[in-house]
Amino acid sequence: MATVYLPSGFAQFTGGVESVAIEAPRVAELLAALRTRFPALADQLDEMAVAIDGTIYAEPGYQPLRADSDVHLVPRIAGG
Amino acid sequence: MSERTFEVVGTRPVRHDGVDKVTGRAAYGADANWPGMLHGALLRSPHAHARIVSIDTRAAAAAPGVKAVLIGADLPDTHATISLGEAAMDVRDMSHNLMARDKVVYHGQPVAAVAATTLDAAREALGRIVVQYEVLTPVLTVDEALAPGAPLLHDDLVTKGAAVGPKTGTNLAGRYEFKRGDVAAGFQEADTIVEREFRTATVHQGYIEPHACIARCGEDGRAVVWCSTQGPFVVRDATAAIAGLDAAHVKVIPSEIGGGFGGKIVVYLEPIAVALSRKAQRPVKMVMSRDEVFRATGPTSGTKVHVRIGARRDGTIVAARVSLWYEAGAFRGSPVGAGAMCALAPYTIPNFFIDAHDVVVNKPKVAAYRAPGSPMAMFAVESVIDEIARELKMDPIDLRLKNAAAEGDQAAYGPKFGPIGLRAVLDAAKRHPHWSAPVGPNQGRGFALGFWFNGGMNSAATITLGADGSAAVFTGNPDIGGTRAAQAMMVAEELGVDVDRVRPTVADTDTAGYTDVTGGSRVCFATGMAVIQAAQEVREELKRRAAKMWNVAPEQVTWERGRVLPPAGAKDAKSGADAQPLTVAQIAARMTHTGGPIVGRAALYAPMAGPGFGAHICDLEVDPETGRSRVVRYTALQDVGKAVHPSYVEGQIQGGAAQGIGWALNEEYVYNRDGVMENAGFLDYRMPVASDLPFIDTVIVEVPNPLHPYGVRGVGEVPIVPPLGAVANAMRSATGIRFTELPLSPPRVLEQIAGVDARREGRPGTVAVGA
Repeated sequence: MATVYLPSGFAQFTGGVESVAIEAPRVAELLAALRTRFPALADQLDEMAVAIDGTIYAEPGYQPLRADSDVHLVPRIAGG
Repeated sequence: MSERTFEVVGTRPVRHDGVDKVTGRAAYGADANWPGMLHGALLRSPHAHARIVSIDTRAAAAAPGVKAVLIGADLPDTHATISLGEAAMDVRDMSHNLMARDKVVYHGQPVAAVAATTLDAAREALGRIVVQYEVLTPVLTVDEALAPGAPLLHDDLVTKGAAVGPKTGTNLAGRYEFKRGDVAAGFQEADTIVEREFRTATVHQGYIEPHACIARCGEDGRAVVWCSTQGPFVVRDATAAIAGLDAAHVKVIPSEIGGGFGGKIVVYLEPIAVALSRKAQRPVKMVMSRDEVFRATGPTSGTKVHVRIGARRDGTIVAARVSLWYEAGAFRGSPVGAGAMCALAPYTIPNFFIDAHDVVVNKPKVAAYRAPGSPMAMFAVESVIDEIARELKMDPIDLRLKNAAAEGDQAAYGPKFGPIGLRAVLDAAKRHPHWSAPVGPNQGRGFALGFWFNGGMNSAATITLGADGSAAVFTGNPDIGGTRAAQAMMVAEELGVDVDRVRPTVADTDTAGYTDVTGGSRVCFATGMAVIQAAQEVREELKRRAAKMWNVAPEQVTWERGRVLPPAGAKDAKSGADAQPLTVAQIAARMTHTGGPIVGRAALYAPMAGPGFGAHICDLEVDPETGRSRVVRYTALQDVGKAVHPSYVEGQIQGGAAQGIGWALNEEYVYNRDGVMENAGFLDYRMPVASDLPFIDTVIVEVPNPLHPYGVRGVGEVPIVPPLGAVANAMRSATGIRFTELPLSPPRVLEQIAGVDARREGRPGTVAVGA
């Protein structure tokens, strides 16, 4: 299962949970599972980028996940 | 990615657009003039904060030469968001920013527009517009904005992210956190702790070319816009949303661009010009003055950053606490989240807590500026790191090496680093002769690091082959940093043709595949990757065409730098002679007979390019009698992954360093108490010019990025990050004073020196000394 690490500021939306293991083949299914598990988090997820095993995707879409992927939610970055 | 040997990449050909630019033939935003065109002008708010009670435009509409008048009520209200590449932007905010509705929230915000047959007539008509305001008290700093009972900019503003304090009835637009480990326990382990609070001023990107556009919109709602922009697709989508058009009916043609640095990603003029044109049924041209650029386009945030870092005696950093407050300007969206993510990025620190605050104030809405958010955060952190090195009597580079992140380390912002060049950059800096050179009288040397993520995102490229074997490559990225030349070099590398026979073109939005902005240091990385893939598609097609001429299977032929080799025993199908290797030009010459035109295309969505690190060494000489300082030697080192055109990589590094030095030494928006900028011109807003700076030496470090076929990382943003810290640390060395507020302008420096002198002489100091 992929391990999802949430920014510490999201603890208020997850009852204090900062990381969670989720079985998902792709980022889309993983985010859907997060929304289901933590409904209060849903609005926040729309503004996050996703780092999969160290590589950051501003729009992760349907990126595939490995069974043991590390997934970090990070704020989207705007470059100049 | 393999350890590839390059033929073209890494060389320094003359840029394809160079002659046009140095001879004045290149056409910029204000260079277009269309038949029957009108001139547009904007009436701007004289107040930084006020309610609009009424606007009467009747006299203006009746003025000689006036063909259209526009106010906020003429534009649709929208809650759409559009992609700005890495982030979405609220179109409602963007629309209100370029034309106020019921309230003005910064001095210079447009409240009405006029299109007339001459610019003088348009300006004269603006004077006939009567606006009644109810003036409100402005808030100009984060402290004022967050003070209890502060005037509110937006009654409906909601604090995004982690909630601390009120969710509404606030000027706090957002709050973010990052933490790791046990911060309190970490500080307990520290032998030395340094804590300081830093401030940086509002500064502008300072692009030489002001915003400019010309637009026409017909009865059918179809519009064409010519403008200076970093993102023609952003202009298309934002203009359509704000002006109330179908984006399918809007075509944007990007002009040459005289600098942007992030400030030409959002729109200011284009929707207004389109809306005026739609009313007048004639083209409308709008060009900002420098005064307007300063007052009403995006600078970057003024900031307050509090840093506390603890280290063991051996230099190991054990804990950090960083709090950031960034001004967003009049609408939400400062780059404070990025600042928080960059602040500690170079270091492996087991215990830290970072909180970041996005605060609205009555100043122009900030826009992206080269590595948005990073320079201010890293100025603060790198200043404190410098102080720790002093307390521990360690070489500043050794201290950083001891704590430097490496491949496999978890970045402070979350994920683990892949291959990064931080240690290679630090090693190169330590070996550089500059680091060990003697320092002259009244001089000091400073060192600082910089970090930026580098972007990826959407890119597309099309390559067409001519019958003469030349190639044309089309992308949708305006060329700011020499990317046309880099793209032509990539085509030349892949096809083995002369780079001078590749024509790189910046295409309009009807021609190019959707492409995200020229920004985020992404073009050479992401669009470059699309160009390489498109060239490789051309190469495969060339192999198929040659195979057809030899009547063999495509997989039997081989590619060898610019030509296709036949298999043993193959015959030319037409002549029956032994098949000979065919060059690109020879295959192209027969394309009509082998299947028609040869075209390669590629489109992709790239992840972020991968972290970039830079290190700068600055020697500063300070005149103790005037407080004036002068950079006497400067060296910038950076891991760029792979330099496609080293001259333009060096140019990016030098340009970033120059802008960062200006930010550190002189640049600042000066506001009066009413929120009116008092130095809105280059005479009073002092950017460095060539005569202010020494030659900036550059060292290119190449630790290949595995996410790109050539190893490219992205270059343009990292080099603006280190100068703030490097200059401040040099000032510390030269004067013995830790300055915590930028810019280090002569009056501020002189004031602090006078304070130190007074203390030494036992007189009452005029100011407290920072260190």
